[in-house]
Amino acid sequence: MARLYEYQGKAILARYGIKIPRGKVIDTRNELVDLLGEIGLPVVLKGQLWITGRKEKGAIRFADTQGEAEAALSDLLQMTIGKFRIEKVLVEERIDVERECFAGIVIDDEKKSPVLIFSPEGGSGVEAKGGVSRVIDPLKGLARYEVVELIKSAGITGRSLTSLSGLIHKLYSIMREYDARAIEVNPIALTKRGDAIALDCHITIDDYAVYRHPDLGIEVAREFDRPPTELERIAYKVEAKDYRGTFYFFQIVDQIPADGRHIGFHGAGGGGSMFSMDALVKEGYQIANFCDTSGNPPASKVYRAAKIILSQPNIAGYFASGSGVASQEQIQSARGLVKAFLEEGLEIPAVIRLGGNMEEEAIRILKESLSGIPAEVEGYGKDDPPEFCAQRLKALIRPGLFHKIRPFSLPEPFPYGFETFSGILSINHDLCRNCDHKGCIESCRYGILKLEDGVPVLALDPELVKKGRCIECLACEQFCHFKGKKAIRIILPIPGLSEYRERLIDGNTD
Amino acid sequence: MAILIDQKKKVLIQGITGREGRARTRLMLDYGTKVIGGVTPGHGGEEVFGLPVYDTVKEAVEAHGTIDVSVLFVPGPFVRDAAIEAIENGIKLLVIIPDRVPIHDTLTIVALARRKGASFIGPNTLGVISPHRAVLGMIGGRIETAREWFRPGDIGVISRSGGMTTSLSYYLTRAGLGQSTAVHIGGDAVVGETIPEIALRFEADPQTRLMVIFGEIGTTQEENLAQAIRAGKITKPIVAYIGGRGAKAGTRFSHAGAIIEGGRGGYESKVAALRSAGVHVAQTITELVETARRIHGMEVGNNQG
Repeated sequence: MARLYEYQGKAILARYGIKIPRGKVIDTRNELVDLLGEIGLPVVLKGQLWITGRKEKGAIRFADTQGEAEAALSDLLQMTIGKFRIEKVLVEERIDVERECFAGIVIDDEKKSPVLIFSPEGGSGVEAKGGVSRVIDPLKGLARYEVVELIKSAGITGRSLTSLSGLIHKLYSIMREYDARAIEVNPIALTKRGDAIALDCHITIDDYAVYRHPDLGIEVAREFDRPPTELERIAYKVEAKDYRGTFYFFQIVDQIPADGRHIGFHGAGGGGSMFSMDALVKEGYQIANFCDTSGNPPASKVYRAAKIILSQPNIAGYFASGSGVASQEQIQSARGLVKAFLEEGLEIPAVIRLGGNMEEEAIRILKESLSGIPAEVEGYGKDDPPEFCAQRLKALIRPGLFHKIRPFSLPEPFPYGFETFSGILSINHDLCRNCDHKGCIESCRYGILKLEDGVPVLALDPELVKKGRCIECLACEQFCHFKGKKAIRIILPIPGLSEYRERLIDGNTD
Repeated sequence: MAILIDQKKKVLIQGITGREGRARTRLMLDYGTKVIGGVTPGHGGEEVFGLPVYDTVKEAVEAHGTIDVSVLFVPGPFVRDAAIEAIENGIKLLVIIPDRVPIHDTLTIVALARRKGASFIGPNTLGVISPHRAVLGMIGGRIETAREWFRPGDIGVISRSGGMTTSLSYYLTRAGLGQSTAVHIGGDAVVGETIPEIALRFEADPQTRLMVIFGEIGTTQEENLAQAIRAGKITKPIVAYIGGRGAKAGTRFSHAGAIIEGGRGGYESKVAALRSAGVHVAQTITELVETARRIHGMEVGNNQG
């Protein structure tokens, strides 16, 4: 789930008329001085981090004088907790708190509904303090009286009942408008006058709905316990606009040592990937990255995934393995890997377990196409368990042989060409004129190409082809590469990868 | 008997003209599923493999009478509307294939389905197969493989992983154990029918003698299954494997539901709950299949004796 920072969450609360302390998110001393002129002293300074328990970890400071505030700000801006560095600090007026409460809405997988939780005592460890809860019906929404009933049952009365129920009632509207997976205000401060003020706010946004909220500026809509790495950002961009199958990638080790123990992992399907990683770990290896291409992705997506996996220096082997009996077309995976391995001139060994739909053809494609590269590549099917495949990789790994990063630049398209869903298919007709069989046309199961004046040209409406009629299976390109005149070039951009590799090669791995 | 689908149920395909819709309609037809037509707005009057395409579900129902099942192949952002349309037009079972359906859309579909007495499988599912009778979705891949990997029998398969639904069924087939129905319930955090709900369907199905389950870290489905067994609602023997043993809290491995949140849904607690309810929890797939064969042998023996 994509998380919002406290200050982002509070800005949303304020838009809904929920009271929040006066304050501002800043990152310089000058801004602090200006702000103190506005809101006065004392203040609280809160490091903006995606973690809970900030107070105990020293990321929240209280200041009674300007000097204390300046010192605290400077401290916080140099602070790192876990993998998170504080980049921004929220500075707010101090609120006189009479009492603290907790309210949140989460999605309960058992009830298959949003559930409102309230506790008359705020702060950490709320679950232990026996709150009250109420299931929300998404078709009916949450009525104000339902909130009043709930919090009254927890002992809230009088003016607090009005102010608190008003605040909590708005949380569900916010959850729906922003497609939140969870929204939590802890604590809510009740003042002596009975006002309810949100002192903190955690909102997580549903990964699958981030596209509806470009205004939130969420860069990578994925659950991470740290900010995304640059390579993860590149991978996410590949996935963000391509709905054909799934591509999920994250790095487990970001600075891979050349110790011969780290493997680039390419799974297919969540369940099978877990199995397959277990098998590698059992052989004493470490998984450099997690990657999953599944849901019947086209070869182009598998290709991009492989190129991203192979942007990790020092991996000693490449292991692709999924459930073993996949319903997706394994020839797509095979062709995607072939294109990537050929381009890379792969040297490290690869074991590819492509069991399932079209596995014989997939394994044949791997064998026939990759005999010319330095790497040893073995392909296996559904009757070869992951344990066996992991042992095969172990047998192939050579001491001292690690993956080296090569520059990545897109080739120039040939003169004739047309756009596909995510790239360009280009053809050099001068070479085609010397080709007898034109097998590229038959190799395409989707009837994209036809023969005209003795050369292959687009057979369909270019708009249809661009919208996805050409699924980018790479069959024509690979047929032409191995059996024809190398006259077809399918160009599949991966924005940011070329620059990323340049920096790796220059030694700047930041 | 089988659960959810057989060769007699009338099936509609929403999103029939897209890449996946077309390809999987071919599979379903070849396998014996009674597909009566499809819906894609703007494509009304066209045909796909000789099947009529309608602009709306309403038109399909008018032309064909009551429709039992709709399989959705529309992209994630359009699933909510398509599902509501199907339910409002009286279809009682939906199979929602696409992934990346916003969770609040799923919750809305759940709420509407409850009001209308409908149910659904998914989102993010490969589908459902009752071997040699009918298939819904893309499970099995092509017709040849679907016929080879799945064989009729008395094992009910439930899985939170699509690939493992197929793998488990294939390894069971290879061990001589056929399946009554295999269901991929979907990998999302909230799904239409959970493991215990499918288990209840298998409990009521006379063909099913034994259930084989692939569970995972995250959500409370396995714990709820254990509860249903302890409450006596499920009495048939169950063999299970739980994936994600080595996963750490807060990291998601592909399936949106496979994440340990707030200390719930961890591997150990699931295994403990299931074992205390009498479920056989295996450590490897080989062990899972062997245990299934052993218990199946005992069951058959008991019934014959």
